[in-house]
Formats: sequence, C-alpha cells, structure tokens
Amino acid sequence: MDSLPSFFRINHPLAMRVFFYDKTFEGLLSAVFDAYSRKTFPDRLLGEGSIVPLFTEESHRVDTVEEKTRRVWTALEKKISAQACNILTHAWLSEETGCDELIFRYICKNIDSTVSIEMNFGDADVLKLFQTAKRVGHEGHYLRMFVRFQKAADDIFFAPVSPRYNALPLTVDHFRDRFSDQKWIIYDVKRHYGYYYDLQRVEEITLDDDVHLLGGKLDETMMAADEKMFQELWKGYFKAMTIKERINPRLQRQHMPKRFWKYLTEKQ
Amino acid sequence: MNEAVLEKLKVLAESAKYDVSCSSSGTVRKNKAGSLGNTVGGMGICHSFSEDGRCISLLKIMLTNNCIYDCAYCINRRSNDIRRATLSVQELVELTISFYRRNYIEGLFLSSGVVSSPDYTMERMVRVIKELRLTHRFNGYIHMKSIPGASRELINEAGLYADRMSVNLEIATEENLKLLAPEKNHGSIFEPMRYIQQGMLQHLEDRKRMRTVPRFVPAGQSTQMIVGATSETDKDILRISSLLYKRPSMKRVYYSGFIPVNSYDKRLPALTQAPLVRENRLYQADWLMRFYQFRADEIVDDQYPDLDLQIDPKLSWALRHPEMFPVDINRADYAAILRVPGIGVKSAKLIVTSRRFGRLNASQLKKMGIVMKKAQYFITCNELPMFTVNEATPDYLRKILSQPVKQKKEDGQLAIIFPD
Ligand code: SF4
Repeated sequence: MDSLPSFFRINHPLAMRVFFYDKTFEGLLSAVFDAYSRKTFPDRLLGEGSIVPLFTEESHRVDTVEEKTRRVWTALEKKISAQACNILTHAWLSEETGCDELIFRYICKNIDSTVSIEMNFGDADVLKLFQTAKRVGHEGHYLRMFVRFQKAADDIFFAPVSPRYNALPLTVDHFRDRFSDQKWIIYDVKRHYGYYYDLQRVEEITLDDDVHLLGGKLDETMMAADEKMFQELWKGYFKAMTIKERINPRLQRQHMPKRFWKYLTEKQ
Repeated sequence: MNEAVLEKLKVLAESAKYDVSCSSSGTVRKNKAGSLGNTVGGMGICHSFSEDGRCISLLKIMLTNNCIYDCAYCINRRSNDIRRATLSVQELVELTISFYRRNYIEGLFLSSGVVSSPDYTMERMVRVIKELRLTHRFNGYIHMKSIPGASRELINEAGLYADRMSVNLEIATEENLKLLAPEKNHGSIFEPMRYIQQGMLQHLEDRKRMRTVPRFVPAGQSTQMIVGATSETDKDILRISSLLYKRPSMKRVYYSGFIPVNSYDKRLPALTQAPLVRENRLYQADWLMRFYQFRADEIVDDQYPDLDLQIDPKLSWALRHPEMFPVDINRADYAAILRVPGIGVKSAKLIVTSRRFGRLNASQLKKMGIVMKKAQYFITCNELPMFTVNEATPDYLRKILSQPVKQKKEDGQLAIIFPD
C-alpha cells in the first residue's frame, strides 16, 4: 500500500524493498504474513519512523495484527520442531541489530522448503540463528547462576540484574519453581522491568524509581534485620574457600565475567 | 547467627575446601508446593567462582574439623596445630537455608572429621540432612560424604536424604594409602562404596514395583584421588577410574593435584607447586573415557604410562595412531569423527546432522566451531588440500601443536581446557 507509484521506482542494482514494522516479535511475524500475501519480500526490515534508505524501490508498512501473527506462528509450529521454535524466540531476545532480518530469512527458508531445514547447520542463517540463541540461552544460565537476592525489610527477596541480552523472561519458570515459598523480585535495571512473585503468581512490574538500584545493592535501611549478617557470613565463607596455592584470577573471570560482579554479594 | 558462627564458618570452610568435587548434577527434583528449592536436570548450577577459579556450587563445609585420624595429606589430621571448630546441627541447617534462599548456593556438601568413632560422626551428619529434608522441607541438592568405616545402617539412612554420597579413595594403590593414612585401608573405602551401590540398586528395583518407595542417592556416588602425593603413574590412576566407572552408581571421579599442606611430613614429596597441569590432563583423559568412547588402555599403556603434559591426551592418541587418519567428515561414522583432535562432542553432532543436507566444506566446519588449527591434519572434506598427519608426520605436528607447559610467571595460571 505504501509502495511508490511505478513511475517513481528506481531501476538500480542496489534498489531495495523495505518493510517498516513496530520492532515487536508479533510485528515481525506479521511482516512474514504480509510478505507472503503481497508476494514481495523485503531486503531490509526497519523500525517505524526510521529514515527511508536511498535507492528504496518499494516500501511497505506492516500492521501488527494478532490474526496474522498467530497464523504464521501456527504454520511454523507445524513445520519446525518445538526446539527450533525456542531457538527462534531466544534469538529474538538477543536484541542484536539485524537479528530480525535473520529470523525473517530463517522463517521464509523453512516455509519455502518442503522439509524443515532447522538441522542444516551448513546454511549460514541456520547456524547463525542457532549460535545467537545459544548465547542468549547462556545469558539466561548466567542469571540462574549469579542472581543474588537481598532480603528486604518487607520479607521480599530482591535481586537487581542487567543482563547483556534480554534473557530474564527465560529464567522466570526456574525461579518460580525453586523459590516458591518466598516472595521475590528480579529486576532488569537496564531494561526497566522485572518480575514479582507474590507466593501465588508471577507478574511483570516496572518500578517508578529504579535509579538507586543501578549500584546493584539495596540501601541498608531497606534490608531485613538479619540480611547484613548473612551477607557477611557468605563473604567470609567465599574468601575462606580460595586455595591460595591455586590462585587464578583469569580463570575466575573466565567463568564469572566481570560485568556480573557489581550484583554479586561476595564481590561487593 | 552471630560473630561466633562467622568464625566457625571460616575455619570449617578452610578445612573443607581441599575436597575438589563441586558437582551438583544428576538429580531432577521438582519443587513441591510449600517447600523450598529444586534441583535441575542434568547439570547443576555453579553460583560463584573463588579466586582460584574453582566453582562454588554447594555450601561445602565440615561439621567439625576435629579428627582422631592422622592422614598425612590432610590439613585436619590430629597432629596439626590448627584452629578447630564444630557447628551445631541447628547452625548448619540455618546457614544452608539462608544461603539457599539468596541463591548463593545449590545446596549442601557436608563432610566431617572423625570424632569419637565413624558411626558417632555419621550419625550427627545424618541428623543435619534429615532435619533439612523433613523439618524444613528443603528440596535443594545434598551431597554427603560417608565416613570410612561407617556402618551400613547409617549409610542406608543417609542415602534417603542425600542426592549424592561419596567416599574418597584418595590414593590409588592400597600400599601407598597405608603409608600415608595408616588408619585406613582400601577395604574401609570400598565397603561403604558397595553399601551405597547396593542401596541404590535395591531402591531402584523396589521403585519399579512401588512408586512410593523413596529414592536413594539419585545422583549416585563420586570419589576423589589425590595426584602427585605418591608414586602412582597416570596409568595406575586411570585404570582405577575406569574400573570405578564400570560400577553403575559411580558418576564422577575427581582428581586433586596434591597441595603440600603438611610439608613437614617426610613421607610426602617436596613440591613447590601443585601439579596442576597433570591434574588437568587427568580430567581430560577422564572426559575421553566418559564422553568420547575411549578406553583407559588406549590413553595410557605400558609404553606410555604417563600422560603427555605438552599436548592433550586426545591429540596424543591421534599422533600415536596416524593410521586412523584422515577421517572423511562427510562419510565417517560418529565415533570416528569424535576422535578427531579439534572436534568436540557438540561439533561432532552438528556435523553428523548437517551433512545430510549436503557436503560440508572447511569454511562451514570452521563456523561450526571446529578448531581447524588442529583438525585440518586429521580430516578430509570437500576441498581441503591433503596435508594430513601422514604427510606432515606426527613429530612435526607435535612440535607445532604443543602448548607451552611452563606457566607464565606473572600469573602462574592455567585455564581448564577440555579437549575438543
Ligand atoms: S580422616 Fe579425613 S579429616 Fe581425618 S585426617 Fe583423614 S582425611 Fe583428614
């Protein structure tokens, strides 16, 4: 609908088709839907309001519609395994530039092929998607390792985090299962949202004022009475565990990247 | 909880830290409503890494570091003049729960020095884990060491609450064990190992008939050997490991490079540094046995009783067997691909699944994470020039692929690198 009238079209080797969409996962799936119903496939996917590149031959604005999203996803679920669907959503959470175009190509390749190509790691897109998803999954694993709760005065266990990828949603089930008899909040300080578990269910929350959390620590006035003591006990234990004949800070950093340290009680 | 507990905690952590096993893997236990914790499938979770780069997964602690025994390699031996401490059952339980709730730890690894008698000690340890499970409905991971010489009854009780149990072999040959730990013998170690195994198998059998039968050490048992305190070769050590792995309950054997904690004892070698490279090579060899379908006698034999310190054991094997190469990436079976230096378990699987879609070439292999620097001499694929181990000669490859053994002075560090 937004495509330029034909007399405007530039016949240039670099000329591109561009889709604009709202940069949501649902929007991306809607873009796939549009591409197949229009039978034109974009060379670039751009966020709404981005500058139209020079040499744009054709542009189209994608409406994110639940029905389109659902139909694409259902088709995909029929074609590829549940594991491959997971890989796809993990890759989306990487928030890396170009990752939407990668996912778009991956979906199209699977739709166009008679069999699922998810195992064809000789294909550059399949391998790249797999590797991206793996990094996001690993970031989720880092969260399961390095989340540190501090017990607040109202008995809520609170943990600020700032993962490299948007991996927090991947960990919610784990934390709900593990800490089902305590209230907790895990809050992504970088992305300004988190999850609150109230002993019944988990809900997504945004705190009005999260600037003071950037330091990684709760203010002492907000801590439960015995919190400081347990932090000291843990720090004392952590220090005593080092075997000094084997000191190896490089190995320590390799396993426990520095970017997590400010949230680690034992490193504060 | 107060300052006194903090002091005790430090003393007992100091005493427990030389036990290397950290793994918290092997059990899947979902949380039940109203209880605390779960254990996750397959791999356990590491929660921190101490300055020596070792994983901290469990609260590894001793109930007491008092001991009536005098094992030469142990910091807690009775003839040492060190600070001694004992935690009460209550204190240990509270520490475990409080640390767990803050996501510091995956669970508890409880060991103890021997006080009064093996059974007296075991009984107190069992009380801790029983209380955690029954009173506090604690569902996290529990690893409990069995005291050498403990009775079958207590082991059977402990097995109901622990995910994993372990009895440390410490020294691979009985002769040397008796030299360093006169109060122990292989019997006092293999016996509890056998009890654990029998308990486990018995409960597995019973559970087939009745689901309500409780689980018994669902994550099996592990053990540890000290490396470099006595004269055993790597062949002696790996032979024992492979025998242990034949037992269905034995999940992990750990190797602990000897740290001369009691340098005054003349039965021990005078080491300036723990044999960390050797320890790392043993772990690599252990991986080859567990995940790469190698037999111990393929890795070390009478001709080569010790692991090569300069190259990893997989490369070492490949260089001794040039006749097995090159391997055709597009044709060879999984087992053969797995033996190629530079190809790990994951990449071997990627290769086998991907090649059905078309022949793989070198640049695709590289993208999949195969270490071509090594692998190129051992494979053929679509368009790779043929300069394999046979043309290059094993000697030449050994030279160019060796890692310098001498550790850099400034950091004295060694990354744990598992073989690809
Ligand atoms: S029995 Fe255990 S704690 Fe006691 S001296 Fe021997 S190794 Fe150390």
